Amino acid sequence: MTFNYEVDASVPEMAGRASTEFKSVLKQLGVSAKVIRRISIAMYEGEINMVIHANGGTITCQVDENQIEIVMADVGPGIPDLDLAMKAGWSTASPQARELGFGAGMGMPNMKKFSDEMEVETQIGVGTTLTLRFNLAA
Amino acid sequence: MKVSEIQKVLSAKQFNDVEEELSVDYGYSCDLMSDVLAFAQNNDVLLTGTVNPQVIRTCQMVDIRVIVFVRCKEPTQELIDQATKAGILLLGTHYSMYMASSLLYMAGLPGEEIENDF
Repeated sequence: MTFNYEVDASVPEMAGRASTEFKSVLKQLGVSAKVIRRISIAMYEGEINMVIHANGGTITCQVDENQIEIVMADVGPGIPDLDLAMKAGWSTASPQARELGFGAGMGMPNMKKFSDEMEVETQIGVGTTLTLRFNLAA
Repeated sequence: MKVSEIQKVLSAKQFNDVEEELSVDYGYSCDLMSDVLAFAQNNDVLLTGTVNPQVIRTCQMVDIRVIVFVRCKEPTQELIDQATKAGILLLGTHYSMYMASSLLYMAGLPGEEIENDF
């Protein structure tokens, strides 16, 4: 099953809507609470990043028997230094993002921590595609 | 700890109603939502001075059901409605985050163990 979400960065207050909706879907599908929690945290961090850094984008969630894959694609500025972006505490977030309670430099580390696999493809001036995978098999 | 005790300890104001009587096992105090996502693990009450829709969203992600806004911060009606819809109870106290956390800890509510190493 595939679920698609548009992330609109023009209304920052709505950031997290896709993650909230997909969390409800996962509950309905009977995915375990522990896995739902990990997926929700990682996807929400990704969605927030799309809003505060990248002018929004699209999220595609593919649910299979043994795995859930979440692909978050934006056409934002790209990530100049991926190693720095992965470092806990490092952030380029704007004051506006910080007012929302983000910009602590935990977004990318949290996505890595709570997913089973994480891939980042990024190109300056073109955008970033982030793929998160979660194993469902025990 | 039952919500009624949290209210008593913090002389807290209640901004909305939820259907069930809630209780919490731990407390977590933070203004940074990414830290909440990373470290609030086990049926916490969140104490925060951040008041915006992302606080509610964050709590939805990690199944936090009780939020205490410190330093007399007041949520908007829109935010109260969002929390009620999500089944999250909103409280407010005049205490600072430090004082509110201390009072709850002294009343027997433990904090989360942080698993990160330096």
